[in-house]
Amino acid sequence: MTALPPNIADWFHRQGWEIHPHQKAMLDRAEEPALLLIAPTGGGKTLAGFLPTLAELAEGGFEGLHTLYVSPLKALAADIRRNLTRPVNEMALPIRIEDRTGDTPASQRRRQRADPPHILLTTPESLALLISYEDAPRMFGSLRRVIVDEIHALAESKRGDQLMLALSRLQAMAPAMRRVGLSATVEDPPALAAQLARAPDPCPILLADPGPPPDIEMLVTDTPPPWAGGGAHYAIPQVLDLVRRHRTTLIFHNTRAQAEIFFHHLWLANEEALPIGIHHGSLSRAAREKVEGAMVAGELSAIVCTGTLDLGIDWGDVDLVIQIGAPKNVKKLVQRIGRANHRYNAPSKAIVVPANRFEVVECVAALEAARAGELDGEPRGRGPQDVLCQHILIRACAGPFDADDLFEEVRAAGAYADLARAEFDACLNFVATGGYALRAYDRWQRLKQGPDGMWALRDPRATTRIRMNLGTIIDYDNVDVRMRRSHQLLGEIEEGFAATLHPGETFLIGGQVVRYEGLKEMVVEVSRRSDKEPRVATYGGTKFSTTTELQHRILDLLNSGEWDALPGHTRDWLALQRDRSLMPRADRLLIESFPFENRAHTCVHAFAGRNAQQTLGLLLTHRMEEAGLHPLGFVATDYATLVWGLDEVTDPAPLVSRGELEDGLETWLSGNAVMKRTFRNVGIISGLIERNLPQLKKSGRQATFSSDILYDTLHKYDPDHLLLRITRDEALRGLVSFGRIDEMLARTEGRVDHVVLDRPSPLAAPMLLERGRVPVEGAGRQRIEEEEAARLLRESGLGAL
Amino acid sequence: MNTLDIPFGGRTLTILPSGAVWDRAAGWLCVSDLHLGKSDRVARRLGLMLPPYEVAETLDRLSADIAATGAAVVICLGDSFDDLAASAALEEAALHRLAALQVGRRWIWIEGNHDPGPCGLAGEHVAEWRADGLTFRHIADPRDTGPELSGHYHPKHGIGGGARPCVLFDAARMILPAYGTYTGGMPARGATLSALFPGRSFAVLTGRAPVLTPVTAAPRGRPMRRVG
Repeated sequence: MTALPPNIADWFHRQGWEIHPHQKAMLDRAEEPALLLIAPTGGGKTLAGFLPTLAELAEGGFEGLHTLYVSPLKALAADIRRNLTRPVNEMALPIRIEDRTGDTPASQRRRQRADPPHILLTTPESLALLISYEDAPRMFGSLRRVIVDEIHALAESKRGDQLMLALSRLQAMAPAMRRVGLSATVEDPPALAAQLARAPDPCPILLADPGPPPDIEMLVTDTPPPWAGGGAHYAIPQVLDLVRRHRTTLIFHNTRAQAEIFFHHLWLANEEALPIGIHHGSLSRAAREKVEGAMVAGELSAIVCTGTLDLGIDWGDVDLVIQIGAPKNVKKLVQRIGRANHRYNAPSKAIVVPANRFEVVECVAALEAARAGELDGEPRGRGPQDVLCQHILIRACAGPFDADDLFEEVRAAGAYADLARAEFDACLNFVATGGYALRAYDRWQRLKQGPDGMWALRDPRATTRIRMNLGTIIDYDNVDVRMRRSHQLLGEIEEGFAATLHPGETFLIGGQVVRYEGLKEMVVEVSRRSDKEPRVATYGGTKFSTTTELQHRILDLLNSGEWDALPGHTRDWLALQRDRSLMPRADRLLIESFPFENRAHTCVHAFAGRNAQQTLGLLLTHRMEEAGLHPLGFVATDYATLVWGLDEVTDPAPLVSRGELEDGLETWLSGNAVMKRTFRNVGIISGLIERNLPQLKKSGRQATFSSDILYDTLHKYDPDHLLLRITRDEALRGLVSFGRIDEMLARTEGRVDHVVLDRPSPLAAPMLLERGRVPVEGAGRQRIEEEEAARLLRESGLGAL
Repeated sequence: MNTLDIPFGGRTLTILPSGAVWDRAAGWLCVSDLHLGKSDRVARRLGLMLPPYEVAETLDRLSADIAATGAAVVICLGDSFDDLAASAALEEAALHRLAALQVGRRWIWIEGNHDPGPCGLAGEHVAEWRADGLTFRHIADPRDTGPELSGHYHPKHGIGGGARPCVLFDAARMILPAYGTYTGGMPARGATLSALFPGRSFAVLTGRAPVLTPVTAAPRGRPMRRVG
């Protein structure tokens, strides 16, 4: 047990603060090798994490780095530095605190390696870079504690896997190191704890008082929500009214594009000029910092934002959270709600706004789950091997290593605890030689084994390029957007979107309408003009799928007939579906067929989430093409897939049998764009190809290769290559989401209800209005291209050529 | 094979889906920018180890085109090797395949900026080549009024879909797409290629069945990607 030193205890007393029970518990159990604290936002979680450090350093005399703090956000590291420095100064503790992120100046970074502070605040990517230096053992040898903040957010992605591998490395350099994880409420605390601890050691879990249940409801408006779409513009008057009646409101959106459009329309309706800002990950740092500063100073009534505000930066006095669009995931909803009322023991207040009719049902189901405290989430799975490949590269940058030692170190990370030696060797072989079936690169291989058995980089100069490519966050190819004359940076948009812009066109960024002037040295130049209806930039962020647990609640709600919680318009709509067709059920698969605008339509109500419904659309149209049914396209939502084509589907049951779908997966999957996109990410993380780096682009040293062509070549000549195996595993779990189709097949077991109608059913009709229609890539594409070419030739007067 | 005949320089040239150009009457087959040995050079210079199958893939396509046309002459428009060291490092198997392809036909290697000078392989090594009223060189000469065939720029173009490697031509010159597997492309409507085709030009999109399309003027300031 660590006692609270008097200067710290006095400080608490002067603030008039009582130490929280979980903060005390953290002090009492400071000697645990690993400890996970789960506490609601505003519960003094961060201070709880740091108190043992402050207590241990209070006496002075400690030389070197004592505590490493890792957070998912650069901004969080800077925020914590400010928030921690103040009490440390007030307590007059002899502790030096510094942060280190991609934004830290090079001179300061160099100094930090030579003379590290007592507490260093950083991100997983900066830590990966730090352990890649040869002098890492000197810097980290004295390390006593690591605090992983917002570990629930990190653990959901490869960033968490990379971080845990880095902790294993640190543990080898600093055997006395203890680990602390700080987490928001999650569905499976033991699984999270197992990721944090050194495997296979146990990791005790501390649960703080969760506080009172949240005050949460769905916005019900006089006018019903539209049938389709995700904008929720219909609710803008009510949202403005709510903003007016609260001190500070956070308005969360699921995507950046939706946040931009909503903000634009909010401003058009904001006649009183209420101070409202926008914040998302594609805005420039200056723009984001301006909004953050105004928020902390209490100058803003509301902020329209995305997941970038999910995490625990203290934004001052938020008293209302509005979630626009169905939350898709109950856990995310609960975590967002926790952003309101940062005072301990005050209930958080939140309002959910459904964007369309079906989302009304989803919102009601999600609220029931949130009130019942039933969280959801997909299990994380085994540690991804592309991250392991990068870790091997990082290790090699730091100097020669022994494969046996590294293998043991890797297996001490929870997610890699069951890694087989053969799997590790395959990764090492890939990093060293490329891992190809054809022997190549004998002279140029990346790692070589010395006579002493140690592995080392063949060319030590390679470290510079390897370090530039570290990290597991893959940005899409984005280009900066700047004002034409002032060169003020506004943010970034996808290069693909930039390529579709024509001079004079306008688009939305950071809530402003700007006019595209031209592209200069990979910078989109714009001016401030808003004389046209703006387009909305596309961002390559992932769209979340509604979780399995939430889908089950939705199906239960649909079939319970207890619809008191639903507004009248939704009840009427569902009753109409029951009369005209059937209500979708969890244990049966409802498929409806109907004609519409001279096309045969078939709607599969599989409730498998957006990604799986998308995959289902691809598999179905692939099979229909083979069966000569001439499919023309499909559209998918979280709940259903609608396919249309020239010929009627008379017997859909065989099309959705497990055998058919799995066969389709084998043949179709390999050439699919989803696979290629996944391969690109895997290729960058594993070190096969490099990122598009501005610093290399400028110097002309950039080497970019079409990852699609590399994929095709590898698939043709080396189909069992490690990276193809990783890609396949990842796509099946992620974008392809075949597991969710499996889940649907398992619960319906071939029980298909095919309902043939003379017009769209009430549930299927909104699908006709959905955006994101996918044309079927088949023989049709060549024909369309030839027709377009013939038209161009006719118009140019050369049709007879 | 789906091919497309176009009139150029008083002759009828056949564009193959691979991006090769075939003169049926004269019996020559022309390809450009094979960039053999690219993955070897990338490994040597950047430390990246790309799938080492691009030589096999490129030679597979070239073999198929030669077999389909029965060409008496093969003209390689330069940058046949990613650099001279790459040509020296070419594997036995690849060298045997190249030698087998050369048996019974004339083979013209035109120098490129990546492979200046002879590369030690059989065949005729020249800076430029003239035949059938046409000039063959690696980089288009803006002063030459043609008719001229060249490579170097790896032109790409797209209509109603993604960009594909294309043969770009007007009355004076024709620029062939890169034949090599790991080669990037330059947009046909970009500033560089527009300058070479001041008037009306056409593109034959390759990759699938060739499609002929006029190249319309580019909107100002289109981004360029993967210029090789």
